[in-house]
Amino acid sequence: MAQHMHSWSRWAAAVVLLAMATAFAATSLWTRLEEDGVHDAHSPAIGLLQQPGDALGTLPRDSAGNQVSWVRAIDSGAINPRTNLLPQTEVRLRDDELIIAKFGSMPAVKFPHRQHTLWLACENCHEHLFKSEAGANKFSMTAILNGEQCGLCHGAVAFPLTECNRCHSVSNASLQRRAAP
Amino acid sequence: MKPPAAIGLAALLALAPTAPQAEYGDVVLNRHSDKAGVRPVVFPHWFHRIRFRCNVCHQELGFKMRAGANDMLMTDIIDGKLCGMCHNERIAWGPDRCDLCHSGKPGLPSGIIGGAQTSGPGRW
Repeated sequence: MAQHMHSWSRWAAAVVLLAMATAFAATSLWTRLEEDGVHDAHSPAIGLLQQPGDALGTLPRDSAGNQVSWVRAIDSGAINPRTNLLPQTEVRLRDDELIIAKFGSMPAVKFPHRQHTLWLACENCHEHLFKSEAGANKFSMTAILNGEQCGLCHGAVAFPLTECNRCHSVSNASLQRRAAP
Repeated sequence: MKPPAAIGLAALLALAPTAPQAEYGDVVLNRHSDKAGVRPVVFPHWFHRIRFRCNVCHQELGFKMRAGANDMLMTDIIDGKLCGMCHNERIAWGPDRCDLCHSGKPGLPSGIIGGAQTSGPGRW
């Protein structure tokens, strides 16, 4: 069989293998800094800065953003980022969950305080982005998609707005419809 | 498959342009850098959030959360403000290590990688 293999077919097989390797490299989860389109490949920093794949490759996987489930990364103990530099900073965790945007065309939104206070201080959202009083906030997907409200972080550093069902996660049928005011 | 077709397909696959994609949440800071003759800064959120929770920079250090809302000057950083709260040779490398932060391609526009869709900014 091998002796019948023409030189062109061997060459083509090599090219196909090369193409597959290139395609595989291109679909790798994290781009190397020197190839990411923002770092200068000639910068002396290349070789000194940590590569995303080296840091993120060992953390719990996700399918969007950095391809890392950042909350699970803390919960599993894979990382333990510092909560404060200043001793006087108060670190507060809240465990409650709010159900908002009920009975719309999408499933209702469950907002978990725990996952947010794991990373953020109360002052990061209250009172300038969201009022603390339940029911006092009017949410708008248009505003969120424009980088306001939840969109200040979601779509920039927190999981992106392509992940609709992570927030819109509660079926309206499961909610007790209260007497409309 | 005839040889020219196989080779053509393979060549197409090999040469298909792949858009370079910086890491989600990377911020390019170039308000002053190009004018000052240094490379723009690339700030990686992913690197920092492994080590610090959001509130450390966005509450304690005073960084506003809107990309572009903070005006960083080297004089402030050398004085120990903003980045200089950590980049002081005690917690992280000091402000004399210019190239480690100023590592971006000259001429890049300021902004954050991310947006309403994973691949592209909306308003950002």
